[in-house]
Amino acid sequence: MTDSTTGTAAPSNASSGNGAVEAPEEDVLRIAGRTFSSRLLLGTGGFPSLELLAEAIARSGSELVTVALRRIDPAARGSLVDVLSAGGVELLPNTAGCFTARDAVLTAKLAREAFQTDLVKLEVIGDEDTLLPDAPELLRAAEELVDDGFTVLPYTTDDPILARRLVDVGCAAVMPLGSPIGSGMGIRNPYNIALIREAVRVPVVLDAGIGTASDAALAMELGCDAVMAASAIARAEDPVRMASAMRQAVQAGRLARTAGRIPRRRYATASTPAEGLPEF
Amino acid sequence: MIVLNGESAPFRAGETLDAVLASLGLTATSPGVAIAVDREVVPRAEWETFTLADGASVEVLTAMQGG
Repeated sequence: MTDSTTGTAAPSNASSGNGAVEAPEEDVLRIAGRTFSSRLLLGTGGFPSLELLAEAIARSGSELVTVALRRIDPAARGSLVDVLSAGGVELLPNTAGCFTARDAVLTAKLAREAFQTDLVKLEVIGDEDTLLPDAPELLRAAEELVDDGFTVLPYTTDDPILARRLVDVGCAAVMPLGSPIGSGMGIRNPYNIALIREAVRVPVVLDAGIGTASDAALAMELGCDAVMAASAIARAEDPVRMASAMRQAVQAGRLARTAGRIPRRRYATASTPAEGLPEF
Repeated sequence: MIVLNGESAPFRAGETLDAVLASLGLTATSPGVAIAVDREVVPRAEWETFTLADGASVEVLTAMQGG
């Protein structure tokens, strides 16, 4: 079975020998020619230490992790670059903190120079309080970066029309928010997320707002191709344990989505047949 | 003088980005570093030869933890 909207193969066999539930090998996430067996993207922000970050990356199973670009601090201890390259993950530089297309484009170009990747998680923020995307600036920056050869994954609102416009200018995926960054409010408009999945033919990565494992599972059940979690893991009481929870939630949600859930009904449907019921 | 990461820094016109990198404990081969001068990216291959103008605004950036 192939899901034509995402170009990903649905699993044909959901079990493995040791009883652990794992996504089958062929059910890979494809973004612009790259393939990932994990459907969990990890944000590196907010971890209390590089050691915890390294352990959380390993436990999350994530193969694609975000990184930001900031002024170098010669006094900083430890190297994030070293930790990430030791983790064997692919870097997804972000343009966090940019409020204009101009700044975001420059930041993306600097990230390409620093990390030797054409991938960019494009963020163009509208204000400090909500950190919500600024749609016109985002679209402008996306178009410019695509034209410059970038593989653009825009952080966007949960607006299906904007998602479609972003894909129209050549974005390789869309990353709609569930709720504001770091809010942990989960997916406020699941209908829109489902609409986005129907509106575009590139991977949909639920980004921002994830609070706990059930939010990640819901995103996958709604049809998202992947989930990105940052604060939900990094700021959990036990980040490493939460990384593990998110990994399993994403796998469970994906399996449930591809398994095909039962329709919701207002009245009960007996699961035990009435046939042969004795009369007392 | 130049402006290095937002602060005045005592580099003279004609000095190269190499000298700036050295002052930060970096070299032209340090991984995960990017440089912008006056809002333009300076490719790594040009760091050894790129000469600074007086008052140049230099940003030396690297990987930080982030969303």
